[in-house]
Amino acid sequence: MAEKKFLMGNEILGQAARAAGARAFYGYPITPSSEIAHFWAKEACSEGGQKDDLVFLQAEDEIGAGFMLIGGILAGTRSFTATAGPGHILMQDSLAMAEAMRLPCVYYVMQRGGPSTSTVIYSQQEVNLACFGGNGNGYRIVYSPSNLQEMFDYGIRVFDVAWKYRFPTILLGDGMLAKTLGEVETYSVGERGLVMAEPEAYMLERSPRKRPIADIMPSPEFEVRAGEDGTEYDCYRNCLNWEEEALAVNEETKDAFVKAAEEVTEWEEYGQKESRILVVAHGIVSAGVKSAIDQMGTGEARLFRPITLRPFPERQLREAAVGADRIIIAESADNQLGRIVKDALYGSGIDIVEHYRPSISILPEEIVGLIRSNAD
Amino acid sequence: MVETKMPPDAKLAFPKCVRLESKPHLFCPGCGHPEVLKALGFAIDELGIQKRVALGVDIGCSLLAWDFFNLDTIETHHGRTIPTMVGFKRAKPEGVAIAYVGDGGAYAIGMSHLINAAIRDENILVIVVNNGVYAMTGGQEAPTTLPGTRVKTAPCGADRHFVRAPEMIRNVNPNAYIARGITTIQVGLRKTLKEALQHQVENGGFAFVEVLSQCPMNWGTLGRPEKTFEYLEKTMLAAYPVKKY
Repeated sequence: MAEKKFLMGNEILGQAARAAGARAFYGYPITPSSEIAHFWAKEACSEGGQKDDLVFLQAEDEIGAGFMLIGGILAGTRSFTATAGPGHILMQDSLAMAEAMRLPCVYYVMQRGGPSTSTVIYSQQEVNLACFGGNGNGYRIVYSPSNLQEMFDYGIRVFDVAWKYRFPTILLGDGMLAKTLGEVETYSVGERGLVMAEPEAYMLERSPRKRPIADIMPSPEFEVRAGEDGTEYDCYRNCLNWEEEALAVNEETKDAFVKAAEEVTEWEEYGQKESRILVVAHGIVSAGVKSAIDQMGTGEARLFRPITLRPFPERQLREAAVGADRIIIAESADNQLGRIVKDALYGSGIDIVEHYRPSISILPEEIVGLIRSNAD
Repeated sequence: MVETKMPPDAKLAFPKCVRLESKPHLFCPGCGHPEVLKALGFAIDELGIQKRVALGVDIGCSLLAWDFFNLDTIETHHGRTIPTMVGFKRAKPEGVAIAYVGDGGAYAIGMSHLINAAIRDENILVIVVNNGVYAMTGGQEAPTTLPGTRVKTAPCGADRHFVRAPEMIRNVNPNAYIARGITTIQVGLRKTLKEALQHQVENGGFAFVEVLSQCPMNWGTLGRPEKTFEYLEKTMLAAYPVKKY
């Protein structure tokens, strides 16, 4: 039943995973995400958790956790992990494999200061890593929530999207959202009429497949054969023999990603359409921009906020930019969102102001000043 | 450990669970891997668990086993097969999870996964093929390379110490099934692998089998089997006792 609660961001995510029907958590403690593991450990230990056969496993490191997560996915279980900063770096090992083989791993990432160990507080400096980490081409889905309610809403959605489109999916939060206590409305998927994509095992799936592996995995990566009694045995690989096979894997994955992007891409626009300054921001900074726009109340600026950083709403941004004299990019990183935005706007000719504050909060007052100084 | 009584199907060219469409296999001439896999296949046949086995294979020469069997098989990243199979087994306890890894994958890049899986007593079987060298990458030093051996990354001779994995694992797990076999004693190897699988089927916890294996390509003995097996059965065997621990 829907109810208002006063919770910490990390606990909200734990509850979101539970509401989404997740069964297995594999992780390694790291600030500022650790309470997600605490929540799941307690849940798995509870009477309800035991009844639902929940799995909690603390790994030896994030590389181990990432590959345990892959194991959980191969078993056909909605599985997830939670990490941050240096742990997120190690998670890229498993993310690369998940990207290559279309494995719907879910990662809750709470960005902290960077580079290196840095602070345990906050940043938006893991955008590059979340979107393009690894040795692939960034075929993963990345959501950037901006407030506690969205942590719950998108904390559920990532499981549906991951299994529906079979791409690794990241909920890219940050230390502020993770550690903030606030009001949130929790609910069950049933009462909202949400239908979650059903998982299906990649290995030891002995009932007829609802979705053939050939519809999911790139063709060079599997060999399905029937044994003597007709049982199908599925063999999967990610190590290929020929350049042409690698090209096929990349092209088939890209085709599937582009197709998924049509349905997955999300964005938000805020403010009056005739405003001449367009601020582009994501996550908690975009919440600050909304607040700044409200505070000013003069219609000088509006917001374009990508909700999915991958796939990025490129066309939608270009359309939103029409009529803007100036675009301000604001992020708690140095040119991570910026690079994506500038790539999408290439050739538009609109003046761009870049406001980069790596690893530090950007408050509404700062954004008000930024808008005013650019409203000439 | 040295079993000499031949099982009735021992003269079959392949176990029943083998995938004939992927033969001839792609291992180098004289490689020990197919012999380890053959023993494993026969053990699986004998236990009748073909439909329940989830096989994980590592990167390195072991990756060539990705379609060796009619078994559900996943090829992972180098060193990451153990956690993958741990995650799988936790989510699907009715499966029989096997991690098939080389000595570099298990004892160097994946050592923390191996030892922690043993500490946690994960109910999986880890098979490590020990040929004393990094083979797929061209003959570099492994944690198993015997002291003084000249290899590509130790041209003046390998380090003075090497890993004794069974002792290490026993040190952290008193209940684990732990044994070492050798490719040249097939009946014994098959029996060992069968016991190790049975250990998992009975929810006995962590099982670990190291298999001494030959690598003529990187030992520089290609085409000279007498030299290959002299090194395996004398030098390797002297350093790595074949027995149940």
